[in-house]
Amino acid sequence: MSVSVRHVLSVWHRNASMYRRTWKLNLLPNFFEPVFYLTAIGIGVGAYISEIGGLSYVAFLAPGLVCVAAMNGASFEVTYNVYIRLAYEKTYSAVITTPVTPEDILFGEVLWAVTRATIYGGGFFIVASLFGLVPNMMAVLAIFVIPLTGLLFASIGITFSLHMPTIEFFSFYFTLFLTPLFLFSDVFFPISERLTGFWLNAAEVFPLLHPVRIVRSIFNGDWGLHLLWDLGYIVVVSAILLFWAQRTIKKRLSN
Amino acid sequence: MIDKVNLDPVVDVQNISKDYSGKIAVSNLSMEIPAGICFGLLGPNGAGKSTTLKMVYGVTSPNSGDIRVFGRDVTKYTRETRSRLGVMLQEDVMTDALTPRQNLETFGRYHLITKLDLSKRVDWVINFMELNSHADVKVRNLSGGFKRRLAAAMAILNNPELLILDEPTTGLDPAVRHVLWSKIRQLKAEGKTVLLTTHYMDEAERLCDQVMIMANGESVIQGHPRELIKSELMPEVAEFDCSETEEMKILENIEEKSLALRSGDRLMVFMEDATRVLEAINQFDGGSRRPVYSRPANLEDVFLSVTGLRLGEGQ
Ligand SMILES: Nc1ncnc2c1ncn2[C@@H]1O[C@H](COP(=O)(O)OP(=O)(O)OP(=O)(O)O)[C@@H](O)[C@H]1O
Ligand SMILES: [Mg+2]
Repeated sequence: MSVSVRHVLSVWHRNASMYRRTWKLNLLPNFFEPVFYLTAIGIGVGAYISEIGGLSYVAFLAPGLVCVAAMNGASFEVTYNVYIRLAYEKTYSAVITTPVTPEDILFGEVLWAVTRATIYGGGFFIVASLFGLVPNMMAVLAIFVIPLTGLLFASIGITFSLHMPTIEFFSFYFTLFLTPLFLFSDVFFPISERLTGFWLNAAEVFPLLHPVRIVRSIFNGDWGLHLLWDLGYIVVVSAILLFWAQRTIKKRLSN
Repeated sequence: MIDKVNLDPVVDVQNISKDYSGKIAVSNLSMEIPAGICFGLLGPNGAGKSTTLKMVYGVTSPNSGDIRVFGRDVTKYTRETRSRLGVMLQEDVMTDALTPRQNLETFGRYHLITKLDLSKRVDWVINFMELNSHADVKVRNLSGGFKRRLAAAMAILNNPELLILDEPTTGLDPAVRHVLWSKIRQLKAEGKTVLLTTHYMDEAERLCDQVMIMANGESVIQGHPRELIKSELMPEVAEFDCSETEEMKILENIEEKSLALRSGDRLMVFMEDATRVLEAINQFDGGSRRPVYSRPANLEDVFLSVTGLRLGEGQ
């Protein structure tokens, strides 16, 4: 494997400078989406829910939406944008005539997706704290889960992109994968109170569940060894996918 | 003291073969490109030119054979090798939403050119490729000629020792082609080694010190363009339309050594002295003369004769 930090950063830098040019256009829709959920569902629907796990509904919703913001920030970047550079604009075929390797491209793209996830997740975190939904100083530590969420969804998304035969498949990715994750990953209701036995264990497969659980535990001051399972999931799944993606990008670009 | 001259070839390719899931793209190809020359790869569509270049700059590896660039195995020293060469791809690959200047700045970062040097270097290549008037126009609004100049500018941004140009002037108008040719000559005069592919034989004759004609992934012949014309064909050619039976009768009247090359109704007869062909045609046609075009033989004739047109040998 041939990865050089400076070359990875040059790939990151390319995306960052493109983003700087259009950030106002991009930031607004992506940023407001979770804020709308927070207000419409958290405050609107929440008015009919007296409490959930000892919290107001909007307070219950906030930790999950932090992760959703990070998930969306990473996902757009490594799906459509990566696929266009790979298959339509073919920019990567020019990049690899320079000292930048396919692996550098992969990690540069992932690093950039993590950056965007951090911008969106961080932005939402700030909004949530302005709403008074970040309960205490220790809860600020949850910020570190944002880039990890970004890493997880960057790894999943880029692996998907590298294996997709046509761009149409991304609508499956968004509607059949990300949307159900969004709805059934402890963001809106605790799945442990709705599922039992086998199904409860099977749900552990779903990626968004793990960062959401970490953020929620940190918000609730519920520190314990169970966090290691969720953290381990994020790190191990990301590592496996990136290892796979790295082999695929090499194969795809070197022929 | 005599300066030690480096005689090692800049590109040394030995017996490389490459197939794409069984389909042969390049087969047992060898070439040596000494420093400072312009080497042209010629061949029909699908001959394996681009694939050969890709193996030279190390984007794809051969199934067998060795490639040394700057004396080192390109599959092992890929990063180092690429920092010393520049590539112009067959298709224009650039970011449409950015201007030429921004595309160049991005590319410079891939080469790890530091910020201070980068803006100087970008200005220099924009100037050199005469892109100034369009340096700040989005690429999507550029004409093909300016895109090609930008592709060339990207290839020379890192001041490479070896330039690899895949069909640098295909699809360009004559004026832009002349601009690019003069730039390539200038770069060569600065001591850079150039490896290019082209479908234009006039381009190869103008620019290349050595050419290799390939077909079906194999090298058919290699050499200096003028020497190839001399060794493969005769110096003059007469071109005219005639049927195959007419051909036999006309050539019967020629005693000297000749070579005939046919493409449909068109016949080209190569000889030491083409006036002999004209006489033979006159003799055959009697009063009604058909139009005959006689000219010196060129590289295109060599290309056609070695890549597939039927070549019949006369006396
Ligand atoms: N990535 C690939 N996958 C499968 N086959 C390929 C690939 N690249 C090239 N080929 C095949 O290999 C052969 C050589 O292609 P190559 O692009 O090297 O030809 P070329 O001489 O550059 O042609 P052209 O003048 O049209 O550019 C062709 O038959 C082509 O279809
Ligand atoms: Mg080609």
